[in-house]
Amino acid sequence: MHMSDGLLNAPVSVAFLVIAAMGVGFALVKARADLDDRTAPMAGLVATFIFAVQMINFPILPGASGHLLGGALAAILVGPYVGALCVTIVLVVQALLFADGGLTALGANVTNMALIGTATGFVVALALRRLAQRGKGGLAAVAFVSAFVNTVVAATGFVVEYAIGGAGGVEIGKVALLMWGLHALIGIGEGLITAVTVTSVASIRPDLVYLLRGTKKPLEVRS
Amino acid sequence: MKKFFIGFAFVSLLIAGVLSYFASGDPDGLDKTVEDTGIAEHAQEHPFAGSAFADYALGGDDKFTGLAGVLGVIVVLAVSFSLFWFLRKRSPQTDLAD
Repeated sequence: MHMSDGLLNAPVSVAFLVIAAMGVGFALVKARADLDDRTAPMAGLVATFIFAVQMINFPILPGASGHLLGGALAAILVGPYVGALCVTIVLVVQALLFADGGLTALGANVTNMALIGTATGFVVALALRRLAQRGKGGLAAVAFVSAFVNTVVAATGFVVEYAIGGAGGVEIGKVALLMWGLHALIGIGEGLITAVTVTSVASIRPDLVYLLRGTKKPLEVRS
Repeated sequence: MKKFFIGFAFVSLLIAGVLSYFASGDPDGLDKTVEDTGIAEHAQEHPFAGSAFADYALGGDDKFTGLAGVLGVIVVLAVSFSLFWFLRKRSPQTDLAD
């Protein structure tokens, strides 16, 4: 979902660079509280994993593919603030080292995938936290749903940005329909990858799953 | 303790270094949208399009996608680990902080 330069006009690109910078700055401040000797290495590995999995485009329709965005995955494993930073680092490395995602478009790309995607994934996961605490099936379901929603809402970010200042003047309804349709399919892939990843981590190191943190005791007592 | 972290890093290396060869080459959802609507005509070439590892290759050669992936894994791990390690709470009584 990395847009190239030129799809949005210059003022909108700059505006989203500012928005992204503010969001990432806020995340940097808030992330501190969620990072310690144990979770800091985990956060680095989550960013690394998201980079790796983003390389794997999976087919969704003849002639179209999708890849993980990673917002919900990061939010569930390391929390929303650290998670937003994980996805941001991935996007910056992709843009600078691999020419994937434009430079003036970086603000919009960070806004969509790192900020909107992670925040949405986290809000959904948090709302369904009780289900996630009910064991592996519940956690898998919560991971799937929050990842699906994160994909569709992040795609909506592009639709909104294009409506504000997109190049070419294509009818926004047409853009929205394509984006939503394709990303509903990609969201299924995102959901499956997120569910498998999160439940795998939870089965080995449940203490490293942010969403489950502080729930150990009530879970054992079955209150 | 450390085994999990090493395993997690190894999985990422395997995905970026090996599984990446099996990735679909078709446009992703956003690319497909801008191509089908003609918006893509306005796309500008990436300023670094000619750089060594552009498009997860080496000098434009797809044979080296795995190598580019491994490099990316190392760079992302180095950057993110450094940042998060620097940002972490350094108080010795971390067990009380929860």
